[in-house]
Amino acid sequence: MSVKTEPFYLNIGPQHPSTHGVLRLRVTLDGEVIVDVEPVIGYLHRGIEKLAEGRTYAQNIPFTDRLDYLAAMTNNVAYCMAVEKLAGIKVPERGEYLRVIFSELMRIASHLMAVGFFLNDIGAMMTPVLYMWREREKILDMFEMACGQRMMYNYMRIGGMSQDVPEEFLPAVKKFIAEMPRYIDEYDQLLAQNEILLARSKGVGILPRETAVSIGASGPVLRASGVKWDLRKMDPYSIYDRFDFEVPTGQTGDCYDRYWVRMQEMRQSVRIVEQALKQLPGKGSVCADVPQFFRAPKGEAYVCIEAPKGNLGFYVVSDGSIAPYRLHIYPPTLINITAMKDMAVGWKIADLIIIFGSIDVVLGEIDR
Amino acid sequence: MTLLDEFQLFLKTLGWPDWAYYSVPALTGIVIIVAAVLTIVIVFIWWERRLLGRFQIRLGPNRCGPEGIFQPIATAVKILLKEDIVPAKADKVVHFIAPIAVFVPVLMVFAVIPFDKAAILVDLNVGAIYIIAISSLSMLAIFMAAWASCNKYSLIAGLRAIAQMVSYELPVVMSLVGVAMMASSLSMVKIVEAQTLPFILLQPLGCLIFFLGSLAEMNRCPFDLLEADSEIVAGYHTEYSGMKFALFYLGEYGVAFVYAAVITTLFLSGWQGPFLPPVLWFLIKVFLVFTLILWMRATLPRLRVDQLMTFAWKFMLPMSLINLIVVAIEILLVPASLQWVMIVINFGLAAVLILLFSRMFTFGGGRVEV
Amino acid sequence: MKFEHYGLGIAKGMALTFEHLFRKPITVQYPEEKLHTSKRIRGNELVWFPDKCTGCGTCTKACPQGNILLVTHRSEPNRFIVDKFECDTGRCIFCGLCVESCPYNALAMGLKYECAKYRRGDFILNKEKLTASENHRPSAYFRPQFDADLPAQSLLLYDREEGGQKLKFLPLSTRKRGPGA
Ligand code: SF4
Ligand code: SF4
Repeated sequence: MSVKTEPFYLNIGPQHPSTHGVLRLRVTLDGEVIVDVEPVIGYLHRGIEKLAEGRTYAQNIPFTDRLDYLAAMTNNVAYCMAVEKLAGIKVPERGEYLRVIFSELMRIASHLMAVGFFLNDIGAMMTPVLYMWREREKILDMFEMACGQRMMYNYMRIGGMSQDVPEEFLPAVKKFIAEMPRYIDEYDQLLAQNEILLARSKGVGILPRETAVSIGASGPVLRASGVKWDLRKMDPYSIYDRFDFEVPTGQTGDCYDRYWVRMQEMRQSVRIVEQALKQLPGKGSVCADVPQFFRAPKGEAYVCIEAPKGNLGFYVVSDGSIAPYRLHIYPPTLINITAMKDMAVGWKIADLIIIFGSIDVVLGEIDR
Repeated sequence: MTLLDEFQLFLKTLGWPDWAYYSVPALTGIVIIVAAVLTIVIVFIWWERRLLGRFQIRLGPNRCGPEGIFQPIATAVKILLKEDIVPAKADKVVHFIAPIAVFVPVLMVFAVIPFDKAAILVDLNVGAIYIIAISSLSMLAIFMAAWASCNKYSLIAGLRAIAQMVSYELPVVMSLVGVAMMASSLSMVKIVEAQTLPFILLQPLGCLIFFLGSLAEMNRCPFDLLEADSEIVAGYHTEYSGMKFALFYLGEYGVAFVYAAVITTLFLSGWQGPFLPPVLWFLIKVFLVFTLILWMRATLPRLRVDQLMTFAWKFMLPMSLINLIVVAIEILLVPASLQWVMIVINFGLAAVLILLFSRMFTFGGGRVEV
Repeated sequence: MKFEHYGLGIAKGMALTFEHLFRKPITVQYPEEKLHTSKRIRGNELVWFPDKCTGCGTCTKACPQGNILLVTHRSEPNRFIVDKFECDTGRCIFCGLCVESCPYNALAMGLKYECAKYRRGDFILNKEKLTASENHRPSAYFRPQFDADLPAQSLLLYDREEGGQKLKFLPLSTRKRGPGA
């Protein structure tokens, strides 16, 4: 462009319909074209890492729910696994399987939200969101059955989970898993081939493979760029080595690929849950015997798992008391959002919104 | 001879003075039109919210009155009771005028819409041109609102509005010319009377282009860029509240009604239809068109601003030109008794053109090096 | 970017939304229809059984919010009388850790979830308000002994016909309105 124009600054957020929370994007525009993007974070900072230092290991579990509140179960799991690694606690078999079932259901629920709101950002007037919420609602219902709440589960405990699932739970999961692939087909039918969606998202916001790797992106954002990196396969924690599933990867790393990868991951999660249900040992303990106010031995541990949004890490340092000396959280979306500028520069405002939506950001996790 | 003329004659026979027998019927007509339009708009709002609910497997508003029919009224009362906020740095006068300027043209268009053969305010002999001229005024009002609110989101929406209007007016007018040629008149009544067969059959392509163009003009999905809520908050009416917002809201549905009515008149043979009274036929057709618009809104995502322009200039404009030429040739060559030939040719042409253009058409561009 | 499918993708999507017109809406009309919550629901209140409570204070220590106020005095050598047992449900995060930790089954989560109040002070539940009563019932969260009396949870997963969703249905006229309802 040879015409010189004056830059135009626009604050998107912290109150804006599609910032998925309270993120502020400081955008420099040239007409509608984006010259610079700078995410400003911290509006939802609650100091969870600091709060953790004053609370016992068990008391911290409810706080991890408040990190990525759309995938609270996986946060629970990651934190508990870190403490278990620190204290050398072994989770009983049934507990491990239930954890896998819950994490994968959680992944489906989180991806449903992500895809739904991504489509909503493109402008599909709530319809995909409401269709996807219908299935998410079913998952939340089942979670409520197991742990009593729909968002803040506080279900995992150090050494397993707080209580065994009720007897209605497994039939319900079976029914859900049997139905789910049909619903995913339906979502595909709704928009996957839609010309407008393709026009809006194919080739938009490309994150090249090298950039994705070098900024340390993870989760669907990384996999959409064509890197076959999934901790469940690369470094099988828990019992993920016992399941047979694929890691879908995209080719170009554009918004459509991120959308597509999420849709495929839901199908894979359904497969994992199916297998876990088959292998799930019958009655048995779900939690190792860990006292309520237990003291972890001196030392430190870091556990990183594949949360729905990417690699979620918990780093726990213990000085031998009943509370962690230091807890550090490595949130996936904080890293992924640093790719914003690489993806968005040169595109229009409308693209910025969908690029942002395709990263699937939850501010609770970024700001902690 | 419209109802209005008859009323005038009647008053004349009563011996009313000149100014009275001219102005009284006119004012009565205007009041009736405004009342009818507002009622229908309210029904539209209710219909949209209920049907959109059902498309999204929920119920939609159903608390106020039977099936929630009074919900739009409750909403209106709520909106009217809200505080009217004017931004400190707004251009106060323009900010005040803009909502009125949006709503008035919408009402003005109805002067030439025939609800029935006789139920028309004025049967202008240039009705179609009048509609095009008046309805594009509201875009100017939208730009006024956008500029006056002193808000960056609004400004973006306003600039989009201008671009959108300039691009989509052309194909709309082109397809309208096709209709006018076929009816050999610009009067809305004559156009309806010329439709022994609805023009949608004779000019499917023209109808499609007019429909898509009018979607863009009334900011409906998938061309609802002016108020793309996920991008620019509420677009040009971000800074409006209270009564002024209500006018924008009514204006939006009013425009939808206008274009649904125009499409009905131009392509769906207006009030004509068997058995039922003409007014009812007209309203049924308007509702069908509006439902189609709604259905698209429930399904489709929206285009980006450059894709919107590309779509208008590379897809719709050439197609409407070809359509125009073909229709002109057909009118010259095909005798009126062989209209079915025209139907076959035009449907074939529409299919071929759409396939061909889909092949060749690229949205192009996208990323800009900065 | 091209129109690869000649508009077929759009048509498919529109067909799907059209089909949804004929599906049953999933809406639950809330104040009239209420779904049965999970048996283990952690409702917005705690339920306390004074006769079982020994005043040991484990719950107060387990609470991550420091939310339970317990004042006791010693009566006999090994017995405590509970003078004060207060829980501020305005600060409570309903994590259930107190219930989980109580060694004497003296504390349970409540079933109620419609607990909006007009004053912050009303959120503080004292001994009387915490004690179990007819409309202040315990849920089965960590208290499987209450499991049997509670209705099965209505799951969206099952259709209404399949018996999954048993709904309480109140006719419009008996609906209470206004403050204090
Ligand atoms: S539920 Fe949690 S926050 Fe509430 S009183 Fe019990 S332990 Fe404290
Ligand atoms: S833990 Fe149980 S017994 Fe002890 S004080 Fe709390 S409620 Fe009473």
